[in-house]
Parts: sequence; structure tokens; C-alpha cells
Amino acid sequence: MLKGFWKLSWLEIKIFMREPGGVIGSLIFPLVIFYILGRSLSPEEREVARQAPFNVVIVASLVLAVSSVISLVAIISIYREGGILKRLRATPLSPLTILGSQVFVKMLFTVASLALLTLAGREWGTVDVDLLSFTGAFLLGTLSITALGFVVASLVPTSRFAQPLSAALFYPMIALSGVFFPIERLSQPMQIVALLLPTTHAVTLMEGVWAGTGWGWTSPVALVATCAICGLITVRYFRWE
Amino acid sequence: MSDVPNSPPQPNLLSDATTFRRERSASDPVISVSNLSKRYGSTLAVADVSLEVHRGEVFGLIGPNGAGKTTTMECLQGHRKPDSGTIRVLELDPQRDARLLRQRIGIQHQEAQLQKRIKVWEAIDLWASLYPNVVDTDELLQRLGLEGKRNARFMSLSGGQKQRLFIALAVIHDPEVVFLDELTTGLDPQARRAIWELVKAIRDRGKTVFLTTHLMEEAERLCDRVGLIEHGRLVEVGTPRALVDRHCPERSVVFTSEGALPDELRELPRAHACETDGFTHTLRGEGDDFVTAVIHAIASSGIRVSGFRTEIPTLEDVFLRLTGQRIRD
Repeated sequence: MLKGFWKLSWLEIKIFMREPGGVIGSLIFPLVIFYILGRSLSPEEREVARQAPFNVVIVASLVLAVSSVISLVAIISIYREGGILKRLRATPLSPLTILGSQVFVKMLFTVASLALLTLAGREWGTVDVDLLSFTGAFLLGTLSITALGFVVASLVPTSRFAQPLSAALFYPMIALSGVFFPIERLSQPMQIVALLLPTTHAVTLMEGVWAGTGWGWTSPVALVATCAICGLITVRYFRWE
Repeated sequence: MSDVPNSPPQPNLLSDATTFRRERSASDPVISVSNLSKRYGSTLAVADVSLEVHRGEVFGLIGPNGAGKTTTMECLQGHRKPDSGTIRVLELDPQRDARLLRQRIGIQHQEAQLQKRIKVWEAIDLWASLYPNVVDTDELLQRLGLEGKRNARFMSLSGGQKQRLFIALAVIHDPEVVFLDELTTGLDPQARRAIWELVKAIRDRGKTVFLTTHLMEEAERLCDRVGLIEHGRLVEVGTPRALVDRHCPERSVVFTSEGALPDELRELPRAHACETDGFTHTLRGEGDDFVTAVIHAIASSGIRVSGFRTEIPTLEDVFLRLTGQRIRD
């Protein structure tokens, strides 16, 4: 059924490109904002930004990952409400192919967006990091947040709720992820919450790669476990209509 | 063919459709359901339904909205798991053999859409890539009057065009059984009639069609047999004509004639009742030859008739009689 996967994915890419604001919103707009902001900074200001107490690239990656998951949740619930999932389900396409191609297309655009930002940033200094390893870490983190997104998509009642609900759930996760301040500064119960969230482990993993200490094993295991657990919940509770 | 020298000639689905139907229909159930029940929480959606559908027939499940038509159909397709009962479609179990069955049946879901910005040819192309054997898609689009819409986006199609596209997607792999759920709901009369012709064409190719509708006119014109479902129970099954004859055998003759009505007409032995309102007289009786009897009596009485019409009950009257209610929309 690999043929069906590519066919459906390619179709979804084309459909996404036709969305008003699809390509502009997800690829061009962030790039333009980034470029304008970058140009407006003087070299001294840029040096200040470089010494910010958090890693700008990881913050950007995390925001990118979280927004793509939120929009995926919205797409899935719109497709469900319109009966599109139900219609696809009536074909020999497997459930995994139908949802998998949605995830694939979303990932593709998210990575493309990150790559464009990286390219645009070269003017102001190169990023000294193993790009392949960082992309891998970013993908694993995004996939794990996506798995949690599917749990939300399974449980959210209507598409009208999907966007605000997932935004209210996911954006605070960025604050708790340790990207702005170490999670040790949180209260004990909040630390436990933070450690249960995939965003926290995604940040730890990306920071490790950034610092050159490698992947380690706790964060990858936590992220894969999140994928597995959320995957099982999705299989059990996902509604096609 | 050469390695099966003694095989009997295969019927050609396209040209011998009628012969094919006549020979096979009586003995060959493609759908058989026994004691099907399905419950949602405390609501019994389908209660102990048993029925058989034969190869080459159009079978319609009729009933008000919420009667259990769609649930029954979705159990047959394998989309819903029945609480109890046995279902066989093309000798397969829709739950156990779901993947196998999906290759051999075509499904049109009620109110299921497509991506707004998908183009007609893209949908056709995707669907065609999912099955091992597909019909000529150009010819299919032409037959459904969509050849000029190949590059149109789904959102720009009219209601009738969308339904025709859904039919195209449902029959693209030349399935043996086609399920059509509330196919013409919300369409204008022209579009509705065009869809009926398409369904008849599917049937004439030797395929079996299982449809649901709450439009009695649609059931009467399209279905070889109908099953009437109400509160999840199958109340009646038969040809539309047989159901009318069984439950609403009354016929009325209404005619206008100036002057007094002669006794031979007023007391026609076959008539149950005779009502007169000014110059308009209504005679009520039963059976097919009642109308003939009235015509003979009028002719032999020699009266001058300036208006004449008959009132023959329809499936809608049967529906009202059996369910005791109006069609809920």
C-alpha cells in the first residue's frame, strides 16, 4: 500500500499548496519576519541576542514543531467533520496510511521551514552544529509531540474546539519545557508534569546535540515511549467520524 | 480459457445483463443478514433484522430518518460491528474479511465530503490507484457527465456533480455490490432523475445495488424490492407493487357529471363507498379491476362525464399506513 501512501501524500502536498495562506503562512511568512528582524538588528544587538539565556534556534524549532502539531490536529478534525476520513476509510487504504500521510506532509513542511530559516540565517553567522543529527533530534521530538496531538485529535469533540484547545494545551508546554529556564526552578509537582511532556525531552535532546554531547539515551527513550503510549491511545480512541 | 476446455460460456455483464439477472436472481443471495442487532448506549438502532438481497437487484431500505437504515448499511459494509447476528456479503464476513470485501464493494457514504481543493481528476486518479482492476476512467467521467469538470476543484462542484463524482468513486473498481446511502437527498428534481438513471445503469450491468432512501418516490421508481424499517425493525419486505397491493388495495375513481347519478353507479356492487360533492362523485373499491368495472358501468349508464381521474395508492400511502406517521425529514 506504499503506492497509496505516496499518492495520498503528494495529493495532500498539492492541496496544501492551494490553501490560501498554506505555503505563505507556513514557509514564506516566518522567513520574511525572520529576515526583517535579522536586518533590523545592529551587530552589537545581534551579539546580545546570541548571549540570550536561551538557545534561539531551539526555541524557534520548538515553536515550529508545536504550531505544526496544532495545525495537524485542526486538519484531522476538519477532515473528520467533513466525512473525508470516513470516505478514505471506505477504500482499501489502511488507517495507518491515511493518518501517516498527513503526518508525513506536515513534517515535510515543518522541516522545510526550519531549513529555510537556517539558510536565511547564514548571513549572520553559521550554525555550528551537526545538522543531520539536529534534524533527526528535531524530527523525533516533533513526532512525539504529534503523537500527543493525535490523542487530542481523538478526544476533541468538534473541529471548532480543536484549534483553541490544542493551542491552550501545547503552547504552555513550551514554557515548561526547560528551553527558557531549567526545570529545576519549577516546583516539585510541576517538575513531574514537565518530565511527562514530550516537549521537555525534545528540548533536552536538541540541547544535547547542540552542545555536542550527543543523543544520550533518556530523552530518545522518553520520546519513543511517548510515541508508543500515545499511539496505543490513538488506536483505541480515534474516531473516524 | 484454453486450460479450462469444458467451462460453460461466461455471461457477458455488459450485453447480457437482463438474461443474467433473470437466471441468477432467484437463487443467489449476495447479501444475507440474519438477526442483526446494534445498540448505541440505551438506543436500539437495529433490532433483529433479517433479509436477503439477490444478485442484480436494486434493494432499497426505506424508512424515516433515524430508523436504522444507515446503521444497517454500515454493518453490511463492515464499518460497524454488530452486537449480534450474522452477515454475509459476497460470502464474506464484513468484520473478519474487511480488507477483502472492500476490494469487491463500492460505497457512497451519506454526507461524506472530499478535500475542498482536490480536483476531480486527482480524486479519480487516487481512487484508481488503490484497486488492482479499474474501469476506463475517461469513459466513466463521460458517462457521468463530468468530463468537462476534470480540472474543477471539489468545492466548485454543484450538489448533483458532487454526487455523480461520489458514484464514480464508488464504481471505479467495477464492484459487485454498490452501497448508496441517501444518494439524492438535497438534490433538485433534474439532478435526482439523472442520478436514478445512473443507478439503473449500474443495475443493468449485472451489479447489485443496496441503497437507503427516505424518499418514497425514489424507492418506487428505482428499487426492485424494498424493505421498510422503523425504529430499527424491518416491518415489511417486497416489491413496491406487492407492498401497495397488500397494504393499500383501495382504488378511487373520481368523476364529474352534471345531473343525477344513476342507481347502477351509486350502488355498484364492487364499490365500498360512493360520495357525492356537487357534480363530483367519488367511488371507492378494491383490486385492479375495480377501475375497469367503474368505466363499464359509466359507459352502460349513458351519462355524460366531463372529468375523470383515478387515485391509486403509492408506496408513500403504505408507509403512512404501516408506520402511522408522516415522513420525518
